[in-house]
Amino acid sequence: MKANDLVELAGRNLRESSFRNSLTTTGVAVGVASLVAMLSLGAGLQGLVSDRFARSGLFNTIGVFTARDMRGMERSERRSGVLESNTRPLDEAARKEITALPNVIEVYPEVRLLTDVTFEGRTLFTSVSGLSPSARQNEAFEKMHGKFFSEPEAEEAILHVDFARDLLAPANTPGDSFPLPMGPRTRSTPEVTDAQLDSLVGKEIVLHYGERMPAPAPSEATPRAANRSARAQNAAAHSTAADSAEDDSAGDTVSFSVVRRERRLRIAGIIDTEPYAGITASAASRVFLPVGLAEKLHPAQASNLRDIMQAKPSASENYSALIVRVNDPARVAPIQDALKRMGFRTFSLLDATKSLRRVFVILDLFLAIFGSVALVVASLGIVNTLVMSVLERRREIGVLKALGASDADVKRLFFVEAGVMGTVGGAFGVLLGWLIGRAINFGTNIYLSNQDLPHETIVLLPLWLIFGAVAFAIGVSLLSGIYPAARAARLDPVQVLRYE
Amino acid sequence: MAGGNGAPSAIRAENVCRLYAMGDSVVNALDGVSLDVREGERVALVGSSGSGKSTLLHLIAGLDRPTSGTLETHGRNLAALSPEELAAHRRGTVGMIFQAFHLLPRMTLEENVELPLRLAEVPRADRAARVREALEHVGLAGRAKHRPGELSGGEQQRAAIARALVNRPSILLADEPTGNLDSRNGEEIMRLIHSLNDSLHMTVVLVTHERKLAASFAERILVLSDGRLAAEGRPGDPAVEALR
Repeated sequence: MKANDLVELAGRNLRESSFRNSLTTTGVAVGVASLVAMLSLGAGLQGLVSDRFARSGLFNTIGVFTARDMRGMERSERRSGVLESNTRPLDEAARKEITALPNVIEVYPEVRLLTDVTFEGRTLFTSVSGLSPSARQNEAFEKMHGKFFSEPEAEEAILHVDFARDLLAPANTPGDSFPLPMGPRTRSTPEVTDAQLDSLVGKEIVLHYGERMPAPAPSEATPRAANRSARAQNAAAHSTAADSAEDDSAGDTVSFSVVRRERRLRIAGIIDTEPYAGITASAASRVFLPVGLAEKLHPAQASNLRDIMQAKPSASENYSALIVRVNDPARVAPIQDALKRMGFRTFSLLDATKSLRRVFVILDLFLAIFGSVALVVASLGIVNTLVMSVLERRREIGVLKALGASDADVKRLFFVEAGVMGTVGGAFGVLLGWLIGRAINFGTNIYLSNQDLPHETIVLLPLWLIFGAVAFAIGVSLLSGIYPAARAARLDPVQVLRYE
Repeated sequence: MAGGNGAPSAIRAENVCRLYAMGDSVVNALDGVSLDVREGERVALVGSSGSGKSTLLHLIAGLDRPTSGTLETHGRNLAALSPEELAAHRRGTVGMIFQAFHLLPRMTLEENVELPLRLAEVPRADRAARVREALEHVGLAGRAKHRPGELSGGEQQRAAIARALVNRPSILLADEPTGNLDSRNGEEIMRLIHSLNDSLHMTVVLVTHERKLAASFAERILVLSDGRLAAEGRPGDPAVEALR
């Protein structure tokens, strides 16, 4: 019998016992809805967490360091001696090369300095970091006072609310030094209102920093003379690495000056939570600058001091670390490999994403198991309905066989009936599961609104789940049809026609 | 055991046995039956209940297989056919009508008649004409949209005949076709079958226990008794009459 005739006959048979078959199909729909709702919840939660992490930049970011840094983090490579022979500087050329790598969307230096910030005559000591333009996506900036940086090199600053509180706190004495804001706060600071925080936006702070400047070449002035000259002209700290590099060739001998500078910055905004700015730096920073501006300032950083102590100081200004953002967390591993081949050390939280994926796979598995229970019950309903149907239609099956139906035809007819119930039940089940998901999202968002929290999509119905659930329902229905179909095909037409 | 005319053999049985296991005992439904029915012949299988006449009909129909012996239709050994081939034999070579009509009550007459065409995978475009032709043959073209429950017994049996004819089989097997009908409707049905035999040159095997019906319809009567062919002959032959 042709497929369209089978479907037509199956549809006719199902319509004949429409109430019973509707109940069975509803059972399948409820089972599928349960499965869809459970897996949608898993998908939604996974999407929520993944989105949060993606926006945080934690899992698509790679920290890049020179091979001489970060020793001890990758012992196997150190043991192998690979890195001993390869200490490529992390300079502008390296940055350009890394930027050109496929799937790299952003490369920026890690800038962090511990310095003084003056506001209305009071000077506070704090930690300052550079923020890339992509940090705007970070949820720390979702509900901020003021706005994110207007331009990549804008002369603006974003303050952490703790620092803003300190600025607003009643002045003790001008020039107070504050403890470094690392770890839990130990000072009690009076609470400030939103209006007070808003009032800070647009005001100016003064950033004090040391600018790293090239020193005169050794042929033009002796290191000691250069030191004296710098002190005299700039009244600034001036250091040189030339003395310690004299054992080496003259070409490697370089020096730099650190000149005291000030820069007025407009307070663009205030944030409540710390953004993830770099792979190592942002933790506990309280003042943030656009990374473009931070680069332009050429601030002397802690790592520069170590440069002075190096036997082979760099000929040009090197980065202490570069932060590489990749377009997809899945691309992190190959790019890390490429960076290692270029001679750099790298660090990422890739392993954490793997763990996260594993957790969600297990969660999805459990949700699917619980969701499938209802579908298993529904499949028993299909078996029951079809067995009843076989018993009721014994004569019809006998007549079909007498008219020339083969055992396979009879079997296929019952399979199609089971498949139709599975398809219709699956389709309605997906619809029902989607409605349940919408209801959960709606209810959750009412609760979130009451808690003054942003709306979230808790339950997500991806396309694969729609088709997967219907296919699963059809598969389960066909499995349920195996026994009744075999039973129908086994009927002896002679016996049936004689006694029915 | 040749038929009465010189036409080729439509049905040939040689030493056919059919045993059934009934608990611990074995029932010999057919015990070495041999016969030959020629194409276009009208044959009546007669005998008392349990004589094996319906069993023989089911074997010829391909609904069952002989335990031993050879059973051929148009020279084709049914015992050697696969289940699929046997189903094809039921679809194409034979048409069956039953005492209880066995029309499907949920379908209209035309849907019932169309069923063998569906099973034979006849193109949809050809089916309507074939169904109409079959219903016209039995005088039910005007009742095509009716369901079996809306028809008299005689009309239902005529619809069953149309269903049996629609695939243009060469052999018509009729199992007590008048058993559920009054005498007037019974005679009408037998006249119809007779006319089909004449017009379509179909071989007809009629199973009945009614002597008068067999005598009026068949060219040859085969008498079965306890699973054996006890006698055969033309209606009125003393040997046949003695056993009936």
